[in-house]
Amino acid sequence: MNYNWDWGIFFKSTGIGSEIYLDWFVTGFGWTLAVALAAWIVALALGAVLGVLRTVPNRWASGIATTYVEIFRNVPLLVQLFLWYFLVPDLLPEPLELWFKQDLNPATSAYLSVVVCLGLFTAARVCEQVRTGIQALPKGQAAAARAMGFTLPQIYRHVLLPQAFRIIIPPLTSEFLNIFKNSAVASLIGLMELLAQTKQTAEFSANLFEAFTLATLIYFVLNMGLMLLMRGVEKKVAVPGLMSVGGK
Amino acid sequence: MISIQNVNKWYGDFQVLTGCSTEVDKGEVVVVCGPSGSGKSTLIKCVNALEPFQKGDIVVAGTSIADKATDLPKLRSRVGMVFQHFELFPHLSITENLTIAQTKVLGRGKDEAIDKGLKLLDRVGLKAHAHKHPGQLSGGQQQRVAIARALAMDPVVMLFDEPTSALDPEMVNEVLDVMVELAQEGMTMMCVTHEMGFARKVADRVIFMDRGQIVEDCAKDEFFGDIHARSERAQQFLAKILQH
Repeated sequence: MNYNWDWGIFFKSTGIGSEIYLDWFVTGFGWTLAVALAAWIVALALGAVLGVLRTVPNRWASGIATTYVEIFRNVPLLVQLFLWYFLVPDLLPEPLELWFKQDLNPATSAYLSVVVCLGLFTAARVCEQVRTGIQALPKGQAAAARAMGFTLPQIYRHVLLPQAFRIIIPPLTSEFLNIFKNSAVASLIGLMELLAQTKQTAEFSANLFEAFTLATLIYFVLNMGLMLLMRGVEKKVAVPGLMSVGGK
Repeated sequence: MISIQNVNKWYGDFQVLTGCSTEVDKGEVVVVCGPSGSGKSTLIKCVNALEPFQKGDIVVAGTSIADKATDLPKLRSRVGMVFQHFELFPHLSITENLTIAQTKVLGRGKDEAIDKGLKLLDRVGLKAHAHKHPGQLSGGQQQRVAIARALAMDPVVMLFDEPTSALDPEMVNEVLDVMVELAQEGMTMMCVTHEMGFARKVADRVIFMDRGQIVEDCAKDEFFGDIHARSERAQQFLAKILQH
């Protein structure tokens, strides 16, 4: 391969305002974080509720949660994103539709779409993990809580969920990382997150390899950092005399 | 205190309890025994409505379980239950295990709950372990904590569902000692157990169950006194567990 590497490219002017290429990456990284973190909050909250619904002794509740999971898990993420961004706004009541299409600036409307999309998509996966976590607990735990007079919400709040969440930290971690990686789909609806900025840098500067190398590194370091963070969380909430951490 | 009136229970087509009736008076200690699958655990779990039943009624301290208007969580909060596998909450410290239901269910203040919990922990001889988690205690110690946890709710009756069956043999006695003491203090108790030594020592009555029915229901002395007067099934059962 005959290629002239130029790592200095990131500090060169983009020709737009006073920005250098590195600024684009910083902005892109910021959007990636903003998308992933907001979507994660949605996914965790909704996924926890759905996971609980799948385990409560009520056929309607578990049916609704199961249907949700099947729909959101079996349609490709990218298809879901296009639905949320291109089709759903047309189905909104007119004032909302106009607000979304005309009043919001394009970055905000793309941001909202991708947060909703990633949040709801990941919620289906979080739901399944919460459900398995709850079902992995001995049946006697809920029975003991019930025998002491706890109501169903209290049983979940004080007995089942604190234990279930501790069990599922490892799979939840990989879901947490996935949401950062999946946030790259936002580039396809014009949100200038990390991948979109990388492509733009590649096109503007023709330094394709440097741009993608840096993006790869940023994703990698970010995810490694998150993984270590979650391992720390797991250690911090570990129960003395009970669960082992990190396969120890 | 407990009145079990013609209780019938089915799992689908299979009838697990058939026409069970008995009374447990205040301060009485009743031991329920029988072969596995005879329905003794199921019956005792009906007493605090952990297991639903389709026919009959159980009245605990004046409250009917079959009555749709009964607040079951409230009823359960007045009935202590000890499980075969202890079922302490592993993510909570011993102190928290002893206080959580007091504060969340009975609405007691935190200090009062801790005070009460630690007193009971002391009573079962485990005060030094208050700060630990259940996973750091032995089975016998965990079961003693479980008894203290149930007592912290000031129950009007205590139910024991094979409390020593999951324990190493050397830990059985430390749990039985606590139960004997409780019985002698006048607690109303219904105990599913195979510990015939315990039954002989403190039981007032012995109930023998087989295939979902109460086959024998008589005073302890009568039950152990003249074994040949017992039903054939009870004789077979006793012959097997008493020969050692």
